[in-house]
Amino acid sequence: MAIATPPTPAAAQRMDRLEVMWQSRPGVLGWLTTTDHKRIGLLYFWTTLVLFGAGGVEALLIRTQLAQPNEHVVSPETYDQLFTMHGITMIFFFIIPMTTGAFGNYLIPLMIGARDMAFPRMNALSFWIFLASALFIYTSLFMGSAPNAGWFDYVPLASKEFNPGRNIDFYALGIIFNSISSTLTAGQFIVTIFKSRAPGMSFNRMPLFCFAFLAASFGLLFALPALSADTIFLFLDRNVHTHFFDPSHGGSVLLWQHLFWIFGHPEVYILIVPAFGIATSIIPAFTQRKVVAFPLVAVAELLVVFVGFGVWAHHMYAVGMSTISMVFFAAGTAMVVIPSTIQVFAWCMSFVTGTARFKTPLLFIAGFIFMFVTGGLTGIMFVAIPFDQQVTDTYFIVAHFHYIIFGAAVFPIFGGMYYWFPKVTGKLYYELPGQISFWILFVGTNLLFFPMHIVGLLGMTRRVSTYPDGLGWTAYNLAETIGGFVTLAGILLLLGNLFYSYLRAPAAGPDPWHGPTLEWTTSSPPPDYDYAVIPRVSSAYPNWDPVDREFDRRNLADGVLVLERGHEQPAVTPVDARFDEIVQMPHESPWPPILALALSLVFLMLVIGRYGVAGIMGIFCLLALAGWHSTEPQEQ
Amino acid sequence: MNAPRRDRLCAVLLLAVVLPLAGCREKQSSLAPKSHQARDIASLFWWMMGGAWLGLALVVGLLFWSWKRRNRRGFRDDTEGPKPGEQASWYVVVGLGIAMPIAVISTLFVISDLFVIKTTQAPAATATKMTVEVIGHQWWWEVRYPGTPAVTANEVHIPVRTPVRIVATTADVIHSFWVPQLNRKIDTIPGRRNAIELYADAPGRYRGACAEFCGLQHAHMDLYIFAEPEDAFRKWLEDESQPAAAPSGDAAAEGARVFQDGSCSSCHAIRGTDANSDVGPDLTHVGSRTTLAAVTIPNGDSSLRDWIIDNQHIKPGNQMPDIRLPSSQLDALVAYLENLK
Repeated sequence: MAIATPPTPAAAQRMDRLEVMWQSRPGVLGWLTTTDHKRIGLLYFWTTLVLFGAGGVEALLIRTQLAQPNEHVVSPETYDQLFTMHGITMIFFFIIPMTTGAFGNYLIPLMIGARDMAFPRMNALSFWIFLASALFIYTSLFMGSAPNAGWFDYVPLASKEFNPGRNIDFYALGIIFNSISSTLTAGQFIVTIFKSRAPGMSFNRMPLFCFAFLAASFGLLFALPALSADTIFLFLDRNVHTHFFDPSHGGSVLLWQHLFWIFGHPEVYILIVPAFGIATSIIPAFTQRKVVAFPLVAVAELLVVFVGFGVWAHHMYAVGMSTISMVFFAAGTAMVVIPSTIQVFAWCMSFVTGTARFKTPLLFIAGFIFMFVTGGLTGIMFVAIPFDQQVTDTYFIVAHFHYIIFGAAVFPIFGGMYYWFPKVTGKLYYELPGQISFWILFVGTNLLFFPMHIVGLLGMTRRVSTYPDGLGWTAYNLAETIGGFVTLAGILLLLGNLFYSYLRAPAAGPDPWHGPTLEWTTSSPPPDYDYAVIPRVSSAYPNWDPVDREFDRRNLADGVLVLERGHEQPAVTPVDARFDEIVQMPHESPWPPILALALSLVFLMLVIGRYGVAGIMGIFCLLALAGWHSTEPQEQ
Repeated sequence: MNAPRRDRLCAVLLLAVVLPLAGCREKQSSLAPKSHQARDIASLFWWMMGGAWLGLALVVGLLFWSWKRRNRRGFRDDTEGPKPGEQASWYVVVGLGIAMPIAVISTLFVISDLFVIKTTQAPAATATKMTVEVIGHQWWWEVRYPGTPAVTANEVHIPVRTPVRIVATTADVIHSFWVPQLNRKIDTIPGRRNAIELYADAPGRYRGACAEFCGLQHAHMDLYIFAEPEDAFRKWLEDESQPAAAPSGDAAAEGARVFQDGSCSSCHAIRGTDANSDVGPDLTHVGSRTTLAAVTIPNGDSSLRDWIIDNQHIKPGNQMPDIRLPSSQLDALVAYLENLK
């Protein structure tokens, strides 16, 4: 924060004390025991980036196998494991943890003027569990028995009868393990967004980014139980001979599909809504205008997740449902379009009526709008049930959801990486290679995914490990593979640019973009305590309110509202954000990683069928919880 | 943004779809419909695609417009107060973002889900003159003609210009029966009997595939529909219903013995002999089929031989083991099977 007037001696003393109070422990131990939302965000970032690399390698192996007809780069068994792990990795171990874990953790407290998440230790726990679940599921790949029935994992193909190895047990337990982490994160965000906002940031003054994360968190909280129930049933069916999915004993294979998609479709919105949040952060900064139709966009972000719970069966039109139930879900599919079109036109009109500067982040958002609209338009086509039944399980669907998931979720992640790079590192990035990386990625992804529409319509089915020549698919597949490698080049340039910028680029200062939200008012990178004084907020664009910022500067100089007597931050009323109380925040703790370790031992024992040992490990978990409880916030 | 160039690129890509695919022997394309159902779906697609391009053009146009106006008022001036165009923007968001999609999508909904769906939905049991049962297996299709003893595999013969009800079931996992030139797909679900209507405008061979991931050899689980004139179809069904002809000649007789005594008969049936297992495809008239292993390789002396001794290389993981036989026995077996017309 730029300090206009020198602080009084009393204020300087308070600042020093604040510094000491929030200081992180140095070294590796500091990272292991950290509860700082920024450090946890960075841990998530690096972990998910590595996992993105793994998912990307899997994707390129798939594309290499499919470059030519009748290719034998990998065996069918390996191919099945590759596409299954690609899906699981990108959805559960890249996009969700990258948006909520990395972006959300780092930025939400900064955007709402808080010093940390509402439950910092739970936040740390959720990271360590996430890391453990990623290692758990990748262990299976190195053992050669990775999940191999697709990320959708339909029974009875995933049942013990047709899949006797440990592959699917890794799937079921890995997903349950991972959802513990996601549930913790979701609850964490909801409480943080409701309770930890700076006084004055009432609901209508909350950045759209926070609305998006609120929507995604509620979505996760309500969608994950269906998935957990489903995977628990699967594990029980496979290992203790229950009959949830066994039609010969009164079970139903469609139960799996219904529960899976009750989770799976909201999941799609959970993946892209945070990306909407990133877009609505970048757009005002680079058009220098408030987002058009702010209240409509905020409501649309919440609605898209809510309506998204009523469309799941459109993944199942080919299973032979009655026409009347299909028509019901088609109507839901039609309705969910409206919140999306509201947002698209609000973004476009913000571009048009603002002063658009097409720097790298905004280019990525423009590319995101193009990809999202393309994927959305093919999505609207699934309102037409007969057409859906024609193209479902073909490459047309693969094209559709990659436009949504890569185009609409990952492009904003890239844009956001550029946009917040100066905030996180304190350095600017190099603009020209940034723009080049965008164009390479834009061309690459379209070359990769657009021809998939065509081969799908020409009859190429999904999840095939190879395909015959002579059906008119060959040239398109080759183009897709080339597009895949062009995309890789774009990603490498992007990461290389950021890495080089981190080493060499000039310092950014606190606010290189004249950004609208609070995070641009603090220094880059932000101090451990985020804000030296609790900021005053009177609009949704606090950094564009010079009077409030001047007020903060005066407070800082006078040492007012520093809250340095402990690990303190204010809590507010959920809607109006009136000051409620000062909360003592917990400090760093070794217990979250210890509990995560004990929990992963439970899951490891479960997967190898040692239920007794798993129970003993469960006792270790309880001991870790007891240890955790015994070291509640240290008052100083 | 480089919108005009992008549009031209898209137009080229679009042309690639429309242009007839010269040099392709056969198709499995939903855009080359050969029945009224597939034609309805294809024209639904073409209309939706037209609308989609318009929608995309609208958004790209807006982005392009903003690019033309970029840096117009210089950077870092008035971020305060309402911008010019605030009111108009609201009209655009409400008009194009709410009213337009409601109108367009309601129309699409009514046309496709109230009208077109009537032609593609499952036919009632009494709605067609004829029913064929198709049973999915890992990884081939069993085909039965109720009311006759005829059982075949991976090839469905139907009379042309006659609605035929396909009842799709499964012997193991979920598969999906799909012949895109004739109709949409239908999954085969354990414990359920799903149905779909097949109708072909013209005689011919139509390629189909399993569309639901069903394990290792999902990629090699294709099938053919042969639509034939009524007479030819009747004749075929009659022939197919006959038990296998007695082996003619010494080699064939030796082959029959190898088949019965060896491991073949423990999985395969040949009607008219003692072999009656239903694990693998019925081979009563295997010599008359055009392909082996669900359209994996063409049928014929040499490929049948390759299949028997080396099928785990041709279709790894399929449920038939490689069969080791002295070459004289192998020759006899191939001669026998190829003569089962």
